[in-house]
Amino acid sequence: MAENREFFYRRLHSLLGVIPIGIFLVQHLVVNNFANYGEENFNRAAEFMANLPFKLFLETFVIFLPILFHAVLGVYIVFVAKNNVSRYGFFRNWMFYLQRISGIITLIFIVWHVFETRVQVGLGNVELSYNLMENILSNPFMFWFYLIGVTSTTFHFANGLWSFLVTWGITVTPRSQKIATYVTLLIFLSMTIVGIRTLITFAYGI
Amino acid sequence: MAEKTISLIITRQNSPDSTPYEEKFEVRYRENMNIISALMEIQRNPVNANGEKTAPVTWESNCLEEVCGACSMVINGIPRQACSTLVDKLEQPIRLAPMSTFPVMRDLAIDRSRMFDSLKKVKAWIPIDGTHDLGPGPRMPEKKRQWAYELSKCMTCGVCLEACPNVNSKSEFIGPQSLSQVRLFNAHPTGAMNKGERLETLMEDGGIAGCGNSQNCVQVCPKGIPLTTSIAALNRETNIQSFKNFFGSDYAY
Repeated sequence: MAENREFFYRRLHSLLGVIPIGIFLVQHLVVNNFANYGEENFNRAAEFMANLPFKLFLETFVIFLPILFHAVLGVYIVFVAKNNVSRYGFFRNWMFYLQRISGIITLIFIVWHVFETRVQVGLGNVELSYNLMENILSNPFMFWFYLIGVTSTTFHFANGLWSFLVTWGITVTPRSQKIATYVTLLIFLSMTIVGIRTLITFAYGI
Repeated sequence: MAEKTISLIITRQNSPDSTPYEEKFEVRYRENMNIISALMEIQRNPVNANGEKTAPVTWESNCLEEVCGACSMVINGIPRQACSTLVDKLEQPIRLAPMSTFPVMRDLAIDRSRMFDSLKKVKAWIPIDGTHDLGPGPRMPEKKRQWAYELSKCMTCGVCLEACPNVNSKSEFIGPQSLSQVRLFNAHPTGAMNKGERLETLMEDGGIAGCGNSQNCVQVCPKGIPLTTSIAALNRETNIQSFKNFFGSDYAY
């Protein structure tokens, strides 16, 4: 690897986490929430998304490659840290630790989730529809796996948004960083509620 | 009346490569003792708690008023200065250990060279030498001087590096101490003439990108230096510098 690329790679890692991955995550959770408006509405929305023009191009450059880069560098970042929350139990140090834990959980979740939905649909083994998710999530184990996966993803995004604001020099003062903590907490809570609400609809039909 | 004593458990090490071990000491209590005075007692009478004669404990200290940074060590789990840590305020037995981020030379004496090397790397000075008298430098706004003064309190004690989860043997990250010094020297009106040079050193491997925002540094800094504010401000500056470098700018010095 060429020398002195760390700065560029780390900035790219931070940027990709929000644009496009974060934006895609919000869009994904919102579109899935159509499940709460009935099976047909969900199927219509899913069909719309699945038949977007240049779908393969969009998937590759907006979703797949950014996530791959973010994941590979992210795992490296996890391994160079020596966590010390037991000695320094400050709030931000816990967030630092949880960001790394949630990153790993999210990676495992996404790999499985993509394999069981997008890959299976692509191979023609299953059909993209409300029933696909209903079948997956009616299994209690998978319901809890998805619940933890979605929560971990929204946490990783919201807390990552906080450090994005610091990394890009937007929130410099302690006060602005504190307010950003509250704002990202609200983002985490609202996105988690939206995500879990959808999961409950798929699993229990309520 | 029995003599009042304090007990210390000290992590010792005979040489840079030897295995560390713990040794217990009982030291005669005096009023208002600090850790240095307890260590001086051991030096005066190097006998451990079992009554065996042992080598006196080695440590480093200079100023004894928390401005030189030499006597940093881990006291009851917290990295701090031995001179300003009072025995009366500590739970017993008092545990002393060298800071683990730095190579141990002997007992509590550590080698802090990496921080001085970082200061050289980031050019933490203001070049004022010329072949002729350059005259007085530009003036500095008072408000700026006030916050810059806070940054100048850094004594290179190493406590922020000890607390940082990203400063370790697996990572090249130079740590918060030298980053904040770049902000200090870039704030100076004469120092600002080499602003870009310093920022570019932070954009090298092991530079500012190594920060993971755990913000332990600002919590543990004995001088209350706003290290995380410095890091965020430098994040902004290095980003702007990288855009200037890539897209081109007449102000990229």
